[in-house]
Amino acid sequence: MDTLVAQLQRQFRDYTISLYHQGFLDDQFTELKKLQDECSPDFVAEVVSLFFEDCEKLIGNMARALDQTGNVDFSLVGSSVHQLKGSSSSVGAKRVKGLCVTFKECCDSQSFEGCVRCLQQVDIEYKSLKAKLQDLFNLEQQIVQAGGRIPQVDI
Amino acid sequence: MDKGFSPVGLRVLVVDDDPTWLKILEKMLKKCSYEVTTCGLAREALRLLRERKDGYDIVISDVNMPDMDGFKLLEHVGLELDLPVIMMSVDGETKRVMKGVQHGACDYLLKPIRMKELKIIWQHVLRKKLQEVRDIEGCYEGGADWFTRNDEAHLLGGGGEDVSFGRKRKEFDFEKKLLLQDESDPSSSSSKKARVVWSFELHQKFVNAVNQIGCDHSKYVGTLQFLSISLPLSCLLHGSGVLCLAEAGPKKILDLMNVPWLTRENVASHLQKYRLYLSRLEKGKELKCYSGGVKNMDLPPKGSEFSSVHQSPGKNSYAFSGGSSDPKQLASSSVSDPSSDVHMPPKAKKTRVEFDPPISSSCAFDSLLSWSDVPDPLESKPQILYGSSFLQQQPLPSQSPYVANSAPTLMEQEMKPSYETSVNADEFLMPQDKNSTVILQDLDLSAPSAISSINVTNDTESILRSLSWELPESHHSGFIDTDLDFSWLQNEHFLANTGVQNFQLQDYSCSPSLLSELPPHLWFGNEPDEYTLMVDHGLFIS
Repeated sequence: MDTLVAQLQRQFRDYTISLYHQGFLDDQFTELKKLQDECSPDFVAEVVSLFFEDCEKLIGNMARALDQTGNVDFSLVGSSVHQLKGSSSSVGAKRVKGLCVTFKECCDSQSFEGCVRCLQQVDIEYKSLKAKLQDLFNLEQQIVQAGGRIPQVDI
Repeated sequence: MDKGFSPVGLRVLVVDDDPTWLKILEKMLKKCSYEVTTCGLAREALRLLRERKDGYDIVISDVNMPDMDGFKLLEHVGLELDLPVIMMSVDGETKRVMKGVQHGACDYLLKPIRMKELKIIWQHVLRKKLQEVRDIEGCYEGGADWFTRNDEAHLLGGGGEDVSFGRKRKEFDFEKKLLLQDESDPSSSSSKKARVVWSFELHQKFVNAVNQIGCDHSKYVGTLQFLSISLPLSCLLHGSGVLCLAEAGPKKILDLMNVPWLTRENVASHLQKYRLYLSRLEKGKELKCYSGGVKNMDLPPKGSEFSSVHQSPGKNSYAFSGGSSDPKQLASSSVSDPSSDVHMPPKAKKTRVEFDPPISSSCAFDSLLSWSDVPDPLESKPQILYGSSFLQQQPLPSQSPYVANSAPTLMEQEMKPSYETSVNADEFLMPQDKNSTVILQDLDLSAPSAISSINVTNDTESILRSLSWELPESHHSGFIDTDLDFSWLQNEHFLANTGVQNFQLQDYSCSPSLLSELPPHLWFGNEPDEYTLMVDHGLFIS
């Protein structure tokens, strides 16, 4: 007697838990969900969108800074990394935030290869998170469309 | 924040270049029931703050911002506006945090920030207010204690003179206070000189200098004569007092004070604090009418006196805003209400002071009281201004100096009947030996509104408010007696112990400085409980 709604809800729950367990999200994401209410029903989605936009912008800055062959301004890269770190901490993008720490160290030690590597990883990581969160939001929508409630998932 | 210091409605300005955090913080702060303004740029934030000097209670700012270093913003805000600032960062490095503290941040939060951290930021606002009170209080050597020295205390020592407070303050306490002052002054972040301790005398000199500068203006002279009360005058003339301030520059004040070792900077920073203090008095629109205002006061046995007051309509006049500031009108608008036979309404929402002003200086009075800005409904008006003075008139012949002053209680016509005043008056007078000062003290400007009413522009309403008389359930609020230190902190004590002191108004004719006495609870009308809390705090501090 597994209704569609029940199935979707289970899927949603499992998927959410896996994101946490795999380190994509941390408890800040949980906090964001708590802030969502009737006044702002799409709060989490909006915040997350802002974050991804910010990611694109910052990564672009870093790439540009690193592209100045022979004349890389590592402090500039570093400041962008710092901003990204702050941004990622706002949504609970755990992996991205972790990478920023490594990235910052590379900037401090002015390791060009290190920075480039970190930049690539950050790029992959944020896009991956973006895709996963998109899946999660889709699941939510399906549940609602099927007439169900989005379950509260306790991590 | 209408009623007392409540976290609800705390006006927060959030500054962060990270749009994600800005959105999240806005949401979180709104959930805390705060009033939030967000800003993505430091310069923009400064502009907003300067535009509305009293528009915010606290600033939360990120440390790293593209257009301006967060620490710089912190400095600006601290210096110019004296607002509490909380720094935030994803970076929790000790040296960064230390830098924040050194620049005067009252807290440093690490991102990600949790709700529980934001829920308590109001404590910084409260703490700052208390600190200010204590700073000014410090000028009076920790007034809370003074009340107990009532017998020897001859407040109203007069401008510039040493007031013999019968300093019973123990040496230890005094030193403790000095130490506290020395340690706890974050506002002078940019001028860490040897801190000047603003003792009572020093502050008195300061205030007198300020008042003198203001008093040089003829328009106040008449009023002063008219009022000839120092305390109430100060309250009443809050507006003028502030105007005095406006006229007064640190250099002028310094010259008048004639204290060789004092520097212009010392005076300037003290002046700034004083101004802020006065301007905060204006905050809070709502005038707290104290119900049962009489509570703090014992009904004087001389109820009859009051009735007599009422019975002399001709004599009793009250100033009321709203209309002409014609002194004659003042005189004639009889406050006495037929029903005003000394009966105290259980809830004397508004007490009106009736007094017998000499009305000689109507002109001055007129100018002083800008009736044009008639306050709104009575409810919003502060209560009696010079209830005490009024009271003094009647029962205490010795208090006659006050009588004259009945100052322009800028009472509006709609103000409650005189009996209300008398009621208060009675209470003041109750302890026979109590001084008129007591009454003044009772002029509790606790209502935040009262304080807020004080208005630099001599707004009638503000004047009224400044004289508002709010007696919170549990205590009297402060009296506006400069001489009386923050005895209001110990209202109960005060009532019990202090004798009414003779208010030698003449001495204070030019000292609207008393406003500075306004007890903290006036600053942010707190509930009696809160006030008590604050009081305790104050006591503790001192």
